[in-house]
Amino acid sequence: MIHKYKLCGYNVVLDVNSGGVHIVDDLTYDMLTDIEPPFGDSCPQAVVEKLSHFYKYEDIISCYDEIVAAYKEGILFSEDDYEQYAEVAVASPIKAMCLNIAHDCNLRCEYCFASTGDFGVGRKLMTLETGKKAIDFLIEHSANRENLELDFFGGEPLMNIEVVKQIVEYARSKEKEHNKHFRFTITTNGMLLNDDIVDFINKEMSNVVLSIDGRKEVNDRMRKRVDGSGCYDRIIPKYRDLVEKRGDGEYYVRGTYTKYNLDFADDVFSLLDEGFDQISVEPVVTDPKEPYALTEKDLPVIFKEYERLMHKILDYEKTGRKFNFFHFMLDLDQGPCAIKRLRGCGCGNDYVAITPDGDIYPCHQFVGEEKYKMGNLDEGTFDYEMKKDFAKMHVYTKPDCRDCWAKFYCSGGCNANNYIYAGDPRKAHRMSCEIEKKRLECAIVLKAIRMGESTDPSEE
Amino acid sequence: MKHIKTINKANLKATAAVGGCGKCQASCQSACKTSCTVANQKCER
Ligand code: SF4
Ligand code: SF4
Repeated sequence: MIHKYKLCGYNVVLDVNSGGVHIVDDLTYDMLTDIEPPFGDSCPQAVVEKLSHFYKYEDIISCYDEIVAAYKEGILFSEDDYEQYAEVAVASPIKAMCLNIAHDCNLRCEYCFASTGDFGVGRKLMTLETGKKAIDFLIEHSANRENLELDFFGGEPLMNIEVVKQIVEYARSKEKEHNKHFRFTITTNGMLLNDDIVDFINKEMSNVVLSIDGRKEVNDRMRKRVDGSGCYDRIIPKYRDLVEKRGDGEYYVRGTYTKYNLDFADDVFSLLDEGFDQISVEPVVTDPKEPYALTEKDLPVIFKEYERLMHKILDYEKTGRKFNFFHFMLDLDQGPCAIKRLRGCGCGNDYVAITPDGDIYPCHQFVGEEKYKMGNLDEGTFDYEMKKDFAKMHVYTKPDCRDCWAKFYCSGGCNANNYIYAGDPRKAHRMSCEIEKKRLECAIVLKAIRMGESTDPSEE
Repeated sequence: MKHIKTINKANLKATAAVGGCGKCQASCQSACKTSCTVANQKCER
């Protein structure tokens, strides 16, 4: 399978199964519309005739030879022979956990999928006891995995910071004995950050995600305090302080865009102007009936906006500076192995989420969906059948993904989104797919431009 | 090559046989928590 598209003057051809990325001339681009394996010794007469209206005969012949050579090299129209690896993830150890340390929040963000922090199941803070049980559960189910990941999530995790600190201490105390290494991360809305917490986060958390939507008016329209006022002015100085003290440590300022800010490239740049250089801004996940929900009608505008963002980034880089936009990050050579790519996010299989009550869910976005409760720490229950079922959610069991060109970049999308929108974790949510694919197309061209590639493949 | 220029070096196929070690980060922990773009992650082996 191949995918071809035109963007910024480039003709790009992706070979889905080998991961090959090719820049081609117009002739190749057009020829690839009409030919596919098996290839004969010479270009089919009908194709030659059709193309000879626009291209020279000898070019058509040499182009055909190049296509066949690339095919023989296994970088064009390569076979999909990965399915045999798809089920190796069944019975894999659990290596990552999301702790919903506080089902409570001090903000009332309109689009929050956790329904103002409580996930629709009541306000509650996790106790240290439950936290310890979660750590024990993770260690016990992690088999030989050394690197374990623990994300403190909420609600707002800083509302329960003392327990966060104690859990970190507890987990660290177990590392040696079990030969594990914990990697902690935290997601916060910033409201409760103070010097002490900033120091703690910068010392213990390998990544911190700081929620903010971009421009002040955009942020404050959605990210509100209980009294309805916006949180921007309070969090900006705190985030700056945290990032400054963090040095080279990983972090993200992370925003959500909605129908209200379809010009979200300006939000990305507003965050940049405020001094942040690790930025993620993403589409809202919500009930399509909400006035701020994104719908398929918005797609053309969203596509244009990603292109605008791409150009803004390129202009910025011309000044010799750089920043990271999460969804444009792509490593064409050192990315994850094919097996990881076909398996996807691992939710419910090597990743689980725990609520303050000790309930176990496939991931943070499934929390509160009774049907997907996998067990409970106090009761010592865990549904291995459900784990197995989630392990089998990969690009080969998702009908839309099987034949999708983006499958080894996207890895089958978000099971939770699929469930929320389509009622089935295996059913791709078309709009998310379209956005994902657009981002990938942009990311690949951005890569080509940064590598100094010419739009003309014959140029060195 | 005059018509086609390949800009990546690695072939995904080669990773299938040796991959799947699971040392890398779980996708959703990285930054977003609402989506999954596995391709932008790092191999940690
Ligand atoms: S979720 Fe959508 S974009 Fe991703 S692989 Fe499946 S069909 Fe393709
Ligand atoms: S289902 Fe979606 S939200 Fe849950 S871990 Fe996977 S990508 Fe993340």
